[in-house]
Amino acid sequence: MNDKQQKLTSVAELEKKRQGLNKQRSSDAPMIAVCCGTGCQAYGGKKIADAFKEEIEKHGLGGKVEVKTTGCHGFCERGLLVVIRPQNYFYQRVRLEDVPEIVSETVIGGKPIERLLYESLATGEKIASEEEVPFYKKQVRLVFGDNGYIDPYEIDDYIAVGGYSAFSKVLSGMTPEQVIDEVRKAGLRGRGGGGFPADIKWQSSREAHGEPKYIICNCDEGDPGAFMDRSLMEGNPHAILEGMMIGAYAVGSSIAYIYIRNEYPLAVKNAYRAIQQAKDYGLLGKNILGSGFDLEIKINRGGGAFVCGESTALMASIEGKVGEPRPKYIHTSHKGLYNKPTVLNNVETWANVPLIINKGADWYSKIGTENSKGTKIFSLVGKINHTGLVEVPMGITLREIVYEIGGGIPGDKKFKAVQTGGPSGGCIPENLLDLPVDFDELTNAGSMMGSGAMIVMDEENCMVDIARYFLEFLEDESCGKCVPCREGLRRMREILDDITQGRGEESHLEMLEEMSEVINDGALCGLGQTAPNPVMTTLKYFRDEYKAHIQDKKCPAGVCKSLITYHIIEEKCTGCKLCVNACSYGAIEFMGKKTPVVLHQSECTKCGACKEVCKLKAIEIR
Amino acid sequence: MVTFKIDGKEIKAKEGQTVLDAATENNIEIPTLCVNESVLPYGACRLCMVDVTKGKRKRTVTSCAYEVAEGIEVDTKSEKVIKIRRMVIELLLARCPESEEIRQMAEKLGVTTTRFKPDEDGDACILCALCTRACREVVGKSAISLINRGTEREAALPFYDEADDCIACGSCVYICPTGAIKMEDKAGTRTISWPNCSQEFKLKACSACGFYFAPEKQLEFMAAESGVELEKLEICMSCRP
Ligand SMILES: Cc1cc2nc3c(=O)[nH]c(=O)nc-3n(C[C@H](O)[C@H](O)[C@H](O)COP(=O)(O)O)c2cc1C
Ligand code: SF4
Ligand code: FES
Repeated sequence: MNDKQQKLTSVAELEKKRQGLNKQRSSDAPMIAVCCGTGCQAYGGKKIADAFKEEIEKHGLGGKVEVKTTGCHGFCERGLLVVIRPQNYFYQRVRLEDVPEIVSETVIGGKPIERLLYESLATGEKIASEEEVPFYKKQVRLVFGDNGYIDPYEIDDYIAVGGYSAFSKVLSGMTPEQVIDEVRKAGLRGRGGGGFPADIKWQSSREAHGEPKYIICNCDEGDPGAFMDRSLMEGNPHAILEGMMIGAYAVGSSIAYIYIRNEYPLAVKNAYRAIQQAKDYGLLGKNILGSGFDLEIKINRGGGAFVCGESTALMASIEGKVGEPRPKYIHTSHKGLYNKPTVLNNVETWANVPLIINKGADWYSKIGTENSKGTKIFSLVGKINHTGLVEVPMGITLREIVYEIGGGIPGDKKFKAVQTGGPSGGCIPENLLDLPVDFDELTNAGSMMGSGAMIVMDEENCMVDIARYFLEFLEDESCGKCVPCREGLRRMREILDDITQGRGEESHLEMLEEMSEVINDGALCGLGQTAPNPVMTTLKYFRDEYKAHIQDKKCPAGVCKSLITYHIIEEKCTGCKLCVNACSYGAIEFMGKKTPVVLHQSECTKCGACKEVCKLKAIEIR
Repeated sequence: MVTFKIDGKEIKAKEGQTVLDAATENNIEIPTLCVNESVLPYGACRLCMVDVTKGKRKRTVTSCAYEVAEGIEVDTKSEKVIKIRRMVIELLLARCPESEEIRQMAEKLGVTTTRFKPDEDGDACILCALCTRACREVVGKSAISLINRGTEREAALPFYDEADDCIACGSCVYICPTGAIKMEDKAGTRTISWPNCSQEFKLKACSACGFYFAPEKQLEFMAAESGVELEKLEICMSCRP
């Protein structure tokens, strides 16, 4: 795509362009898809892709085998990922050295390389094809799937896989009302946290008085555990642009913003590039595809505070003001950005829109549960074998996500809880693992869909410490405007400090409950209102752990340093001296060969180094 | 005009009026700490929260920002809002243990002690932002602003010592509900002390009687804003013809 693209001036020209592209491309042509998402870039990314290109040239296959640099495939933990198409051989942990062999053995020889294949955790069997890898098998990658097939840098790639066909369908034959109606029938709910029906916002903004109307895409993604918005923006920016175009058409807006956090340089870069390409193609600008519809999309870089993702704070930030929330008793769909009607949706919400228009509300609404339709992308992290981004149909159970897609808990540890929804989500215990995951079920369990982060915890996580950790994060991120959040969270954290450091009192639990309730009811914005969730859910589901800290001054998970001591199990210790050498504080004394060592509590800082190195499991926490 | 119910009583109010203002006009008292008629509603202290039922939906909102609407039912004394007010004031009592104003408000709300460990910094600022809002919205300056986030937040001059934009008018001092900002005029100098910074300003002596009556910078600002010659403003109120 070196020569400048002529502007497309009609829907027919766009379709002709697509046909032209597809004539040149065949779906069973050999392709090496190299993941260059932020995760895989750490292992070489583009460098490995270049090595593939060189190798291909060396074998005289230039022009016959395509090397595609793609966005994130989701299974970041196994990076760098390479998929050889059309067979879809899935190679993980690929390094530069593997390149020549992959080309000669697989691309030319057609045979998979055992060493690079995924190995089943249960059976040890090697799995060759992408679709059969358990991590992917239960996923339904409607929104995220194209990431593995297209180069986010090439608009032609997106067009070739059907991109912008929903937009052309809308422009050539749907009224704004029909578009909103389709979104309503599909049951699309916001993926950025609250699960608010998208069509209601759109309709309300469409009907509101005031010009211009604004469309905003929220790519702030302040939750440190979530990265699906980043991966979508990096890997398939045109899908998001297309969703926004359709939304703008439906609402009657001609100015749109993408609010991206500054810490996402690749996402910013790809979004800029995608917008430029769409302009060059005449998909943005004036009189788009000859329809009379105009749209401009601008990028705004967020400053990084978590609270800037909140709708009113985000709008203040775009206006150049301090990013602080304000009361929104008049909906932003009526008075939002610059006091004008504004529709704000999350990245993933926008990316769902083309799908709905293309395949229809009937098709879309068959996926998911009664009140939560479609799929949701989660970032699965924590004490779990397979970490990464997973896209699953709404209604899948937590158990399926944790044990089938996630491959269960590493080591022979026991599952304890999964926290959903980001720092202010709730912790869901084992007996609720069969909970179908959707907006309402998670809320009923005291948690939320939130950002879509899922953090898995095992028996070695102390739930009181976890609650304290999240509260501290939110205390740091509180903007400080309103009293319940600014003062209340700090005081709750102080109480949790007391409990985890052995100063807990019986009355603390009631106090925490009382404060949770008040902050939930009284805080100004969603940050404060939801901040008590981790405390409330752990109090509800793991009360015994709190009691152990308070009454017995013990931390059952062995985490809270003030409440634990390390001990040598004499029957198991052979005096091998490993721990003696590992202890930087000289707390363990060597008593002679085949004699158990002695641990001096007064010297011990409870760093845990001894337990780490002991091969005989002769050190325990009490 | 719109008609709605507040604590069971039917009242009328002007469209666009806040629930708080309508309540006040009808002698229904709602406690507040961050409201002042000269600046826009802000919604930070949360003392003024009330329950509002609109159709089937019941919400707890800040009455200082929520506008009246036809047919709504307002409860200014529900169990929930009383709980919020008491917790808020208990938290502020711990933040500003020495503030007489906070202690009085707490008493009014039936709170006499706090279960939290009182702060020891002697800072009476509750971060209601009345000072920074008055500076911006009333004076038209941004001499002081809220800096830092969360528990670190404070009202201060830029970098704690850049008073270029400050005209020493003292509006922030007058509007502060807890006396956290102090001002003293002595020997031709005005000293304003905000919680974490302080600055001295020259006062102007009246060209007639010689009394130091106003900050020089304020007079210069007034001259520039009004177009009146500076000399004409350099006469104190009592000496003005
Ligand atoms: C503290 C806070 C942080 C938020 N951060 C984000 C964010 O990073 N991304 C996002 O899409 N929504 C975020 N939200 C939710 C937004 O306020 C808003 O509801 C959402 O962007 C609307 O889009 P949706 O309806 O498509 O979900 C946040 C909300 C709160 C209260
Ligand atoms: S709830 Fe917290 S983050 Fe939200 S406005 Fe209040 S202080 Fe700021
Ligand atoms: S007076 Fe309404 S929040 Fe302070």
